[in-house]
Amino acid sequence: MALANDIPLSSLAPNTAGSYRPARAQAQAGIILSVPATLLLVALVIGPAILVFFLSFTNASLGLAGIQFIGVANYTRMLTDPGFAQSLRNTALYVAVVVPTAIGWGLLVAVLIARSRFAVLYRTAYFLPVAASLVALATAWEAILHPSLGFANTLLQLLGASPVRFLSDPATAIYALAAIGVWQLVGFNMILFLAGLSTIPEELYEAATIDGADRGLKRFLLVTWPMLAPVTVFVTVMTIIRAFSVFETVAVLTQGGPMKSTSVVLYTFYEEGFRFFRVGYASAISVSFFVFVTFLSLVQMRVSERRARWKASGGQ
Amino acid sequence: MILGQSSSSRIVSHAVLVTGAIIMVFPFLWMILASLTPQSEIFDGSLLPTPTLHGAIDNYGTALSAIPLLRFMANGFVVCLAILVLQIAIAIPCGYALAKLSFPGRPILLVGVLLGLLVPVQIPTIPIYIALAKSGLLDSYAALVLPWIISVFAIFLFRQFFVTFPDEVLDAARLDGFSELSIAWRIMLPAAWPAVVSFSIFSIVAHWNDLYWPMVVITNPDMMTASLGIAYFRQAGEGAGNVGALMAGGVLVTAPLVSFFLLMQKHFIRGLVLGRH
Repeated sequence: MALANDIPLSSLAPNTAGSYRPARAQAQAGIILSVPATLLLVALVIGPAILVFFLSFTNASLGLAGIQFIGVANYTRMLTDPGFAQSLRNTALYVAVVVPTAIGWGLLVAVLIARSRFAVLYRTAYFLPVAASLVALATAWEAILHPSLGFANTLLQLLGASPVRFLSDPATAIYALAAIGVWQLVGFNMILFLAGLSTIPEELYEAATIDGADRGLKRFLLVTWPMLAPVTVFVTVMTIIRAFSVFETVAVLTQGGPMKSTSVVLYTFYEEGFRFFRVGYASAISVSFFVFVTFLSLVQMRVSERRARWKASGGQ
Repeated sequence: MILGQSSSSRIVSHAVLVTGAIIMVFPFLWMILASLTPQSEIFDGSLLPTPTLHGAIDNYGTALSAIPLLRFMANGFVVCLAILVLQIAIAIPCGYALAKLSFPGRPILLVGVLLGLLVPVQIPTIPIYIALAKSGLLDSYAALVLPWIISVFAIFLFRQFFVTFPDEVLDAARLDGFSELSIAWRIMLPAAWPAVVSFSIFSIVAHWNDLYWPMVVITNPDMMTASLGIAYFRQAGEGAGNVGALMAGGVLVTAPLVSFFLLMQKHFIRGLVLGRH
């Protein structure tokens, strides 16, 4: 999505001037080369997406037998169903914990690493969770967070605290999942911030030194933070979408429990669509999810567009 | 003075980085230790599991025999490879046509690709699932592979790569009698190699680790991929409650991608960053 923003529109215009092959032969070849992709794009992406939109206004179940148009009933049900409200609240809570923590921590690590002699070593350590299978590592986290005998509780008891039943207590389960979510996202955000930091011209830091902001927080607030703004917007949008799409840890570790305390939007979608086969209702959930994600992407596009215009008009 | 400040701030910054790095690496370390420790001793109240030889033999033995972990990994390997090969075979010619050939419908196709980039992967899955169920294809490799063989991201990426390719080279190839298809394969594919490598890493990591789609279409343990196999093994069959064997399974499933990452970090990171943009 963001990739699209970085490419000037002019590059999307045809670039075929001066080709040797006659236009008709070229048109024929173009069609033949793009037909497989076009058919699959329609059959596997755009067609199904349109179909989901229509299904969301029906009472369809798995067999599609006796399918009826029921207007916006699925959407009103979504808005009034206490179960869905609960999973929205859980998701919001998860997002509220994961997004600021994963962004703040990622930024902190990037800024500190950029000046460190052991940058490569640190980068490897922080990126490791991004490269690993989340399902396998989630089971390791589960054992570490074991309600009585896990590492976390043994440590707590050594420090004189009472044990916490992390994943099996409805009051703490969503936070335990959020901790795993943060652990998995920090490294990725760090990489994006590192890329952003490397584009800040050294002269700006020199100028800041002359102005008296020679180190630490002052320097960060005067130069780094404003220059990183576009990367920060991008990282924020990405992290919100990723946190909002949390699925694996819920599916493997809690299945939405205990007492629905970790049922989140995508897991509810999965259960409604593929366990209970309420196809119409699940479609309405996925359409809403799509609208939300698209809205965020558009916000991000607007911001980077404005910045591009500012840059083009001689800002910076 | 400057030296004093920077050395004390350097100590603080190291402390912060080291603490974080330990948290990042700890689950891996714990997983490896537990995979080598006899089942009965993992939760014996000590802080960390203590590896023993027979614990290691027991756990990895169970992971490889009692649960068909090798089968899960072989399934995952076949599925990832099939998806990747088909994605590239479909995206390269299309990317080339979109970049360098003018043909009717080209602008519409380009808009379709850009729209496709906006659609989250979960959206089309309900109709695709219904179609697979109606044609009796659930619990098959086809069900695992088919929905992913079109990657709008790959098409877009390759197209962007091809746009800047010099037309003179293409014209020279045409004069030499190259067909457009052989231009796509013999000139454009090698030219796009860095993009192909990045995309391949992204695709393999995404599909090796994917849980959502295998969970939707697979119920037969014989057809499970590595991630789904671990999730299944955690709560069913021989593995339920056997943490040591589960961790051994986790190590085996995680090892290929993590060692790949450690060996070629730069490529790996570029691939993942590009893919998630």
